[in-house]
Order: sequence, then C-alpha cells, then structure tokens
Amino acid sequence: MDRDKDRDVSRREALRCMAWAGTGLVWTLSEGVPGAKLIGFAEASTKGFSFVQISDSHIGFNKPANPDPSATFGEAIAKINALPEKPAFMIHTGDISHLSRPKEFDDFDQIVRGAKLDMHYVPGEHDVIDEKQGQAYLDRYGKRSRGKGWYSFDHSGVHFVGLVNVYDLKAGGMGNLGAEQLAWLADDLRRKSASTPIVVFAHIPLWIIAADWGWGTSDGVEALKHLARFGSVTVLNGHIHQVMQKVEGNVTFHTARSTAFPQPAPGTAPSPGPKTVPPGELRGVLGVSSVTVAKGKQPLAIVDSTLAD
Amino acid sequence: MKKALSLAFVASVFAVTSARADDVQVAIDNFAFTPATITVKKGTKITFVNHDDLPHNIVEEKAAFKSKALDTDESYSHVFDKAGEIVYFCGLHPQMKGKVIVTP
Repeated sequence: MDRDKDRDVSRREALRCMAWAGTGLVWTLSEGVPGAKLIGFAEASTKGFSFVQISDSHIGFNKPANPDPSATFGEAIAKINALPEKPAFMIHTGDISHLSRPKEFDDFDQIVRGAKLDMHYVPGEHDVIDEKQGQAYLDRYGKRSRGKGWYSFDHSGVHFVGLVNVYDLKAGGMGNLGAEQLAWLADDLRRKSASTPIVVFAHIPLWIIAADWGWGTSDGVEALKHLARFGSVTVLNGHIHQVMQKVEGNVTFHTARSTAFPQPAPGTAPSPGPKTVPPGELRGVLGVSSVTVAKGKQPLAIVDSTLAD
Repeated sequence: MKKALSLAFVASVFAVTSARADDVQVAIDNFAFTPATITVKKGTKITFVNHDDLPHNIVEEKAAFKSKALDTDESYSHVFDKAGEIVYFCGLHPQMKGKVIVTP
C-alpha cells in the first residue's frame, strides 16, 4: 500500500517538473505499472516489454503551425527506430490524417512502414470525415475491429482495449462512446481477472479536461465504472496535442503530444486551434519526454528532450 | 407533365429570387459561429464559411441536415424554408453551437 502511494506521489512530482513536448512515448510495463520513457533515450529494460504511442499525425495539414507534418512524423519514426530496445508494437491514438483523404492515409502508411512495427489504431474525428463517414478508415485500419472500430487484444498478460469516441457527437457535448460500445466493453472485461493490467486507448481524453473545448468524453465515466475493479488501469489518449496526466485511484490517465503541431493549454487562448510558434521553434516544441518507472520505491527518472536537441 | 415542369420552374425562379434578397453569412472563427444566433425570414439562404485552420461541419441538432467537413475557406449553404428555431452544431467539435430563428 505504502509502496503504491510512494510511487504515485513520485510520479506526480516528476510530472510537475516536466516540460512535456513529446512526439512519441514509449510505454514500459513492469510489474503491471506503466511509465513513459523518452524515445531515443530509453534504456533496455530488464523486465517486461515496451510499446510506443504516437498520436495526431494530421498528415495533410499544411497551415503555418506546421506546413509539413509528414516531415515531423518521419522524424518521430526515426526516433522510434533508434531505440536501443525494440518496442513490441505501436499504437496510434487517432487523427492519422487531417481530412480522411486517401492520399493522406497513403502518405501516412508509407512513413509508418519505416518503423516495421505491428500497429494498433483507433480513429480520431479527422479520420472519419470522408463521404462514407469512416469507411475509409475501417477498410485500412479497422479490419480486426468491431462496430465503428473498437477491439481488444492481449500482450504478455496485459489486456489492451481500443475504444472509439469520435462518432455521433451530440450538440453541446464532448466525445461519445455510445451504448453499443459500452455493452461490448462490459462483456470484453467480464472475462478478465481483476489482477490483469489494463491499457485503454482512445482518441479523445476519457476524462474531462476542458468541457468548453470539448476535451473529454460525455459517457467516459460509464467506461470507467467497468474498469473500477481492476488493480492497474492506464488510459492513453491524444486529441489535445499536449501531455496531461492525472492519477486517480488505480487509474492513470495520460495524453500524448501530436507529431504535427501543438495546441494551447486550456484557458490560454480563445480557442483550441493549432498553435503557431515562431519560425525555427517548431521542433523545439515537438520534442520528446520520458518517465521511466524503476522497480520498487525508486523515484521516477524524468528526461526532457526535443527534436531540436 | 409539361404543367408540372413549368410549375417547378416558376417555383425555383421564385425561390432563387427571394433567397438572393436575404442571403446572409455565418462565419466560423476561433471555434465559434458568428453570429451565434441569427434571425432570418423564411426562405433565406445562409452560407456558413470556415475561416479556421481546422475543418468544421454544420449539423442540425437532430441531423435534419448535415454538411460535409469544411476545410479552411470552404463554405456550405442551406435554405431555411420553415419558420421556427433551428439549433445546429459542429459535428467535429460539438461544443460549437449556433441557432437560426426563422420568422414566417
């Protein structure tokens, strides 16, 4: 109990100290406890396995905030390829494309292929705005999925659940999972023991960060009810193009940076639109950061780095 | 058949003429519809223009009409031909809401 408490406190303290600017995070699971490591600086773990989370590549975006997101995405892939320890796989938490166009998906596929890793996707709202409302995404990335693209899989004793919260959004609301998906989730988790570490990933944050910016999921709390009995739950999201973390009981919530462009912190701008930084500083804000979870009571090791380093 | 066609022709000419007189624009800036509430006469065509760096769309609250995703500087027009209050929002960013009050 004390051990868990210490771990949480040190994680919180560590996170407070960080100037997050990651283009990709490597998650290492050791003893069921996840921690984000710096891409390019991750040390080989002696236990467990690692995987990479990337998000919000927005291939096709061409505005001043980043005229060439393919280039920065390529740099993120190069970082992943330079890891001393090969990740088991990579997850992408949505907004692969900017406008769901075939060329954008094609360009993404060509770049991501360079990582030579198994991929697990969930769609962002930018991936489901084709004429057929997400069919293009499902045809490419959702072949193993149910419904609008949700699914689960297991890796080395950890249960991963990919959720979709970018459909059927309601006026004045936020992200939406819907009754059908929640029923599937309840059924999917029913077969798992409470000691199974769970990693849930979805595009829009499952917890409410800024309701007036739509940064949250209206029925996210329903999903969390199904997760309440598990001892270790990690929720990985994207959408907000910046890192935020919250630890609540056994649940760690975390959002990853975009590989394309930053967005403002809530309350610091009139809208959540792309944040344009002065020329030459883009890679400085698209850097990578890490949290390394050591065994036992050791404090977390935090390193900040940027693409400009 | 001929009669039906000519009636349709007359009706469409009338609709175009009357709508033109009252055409109005709603701008999308900084994740907001401006003006957020607009009062128009029945038959008015409203054109929504996206000035943001990210795409938005226009969805009637109960999906009575829905635009495609509008990239920067793209627009969508809809003729409001029934009196009443219509609430719409952005299907990508549902915190963005607007209202059209259509008078007879």
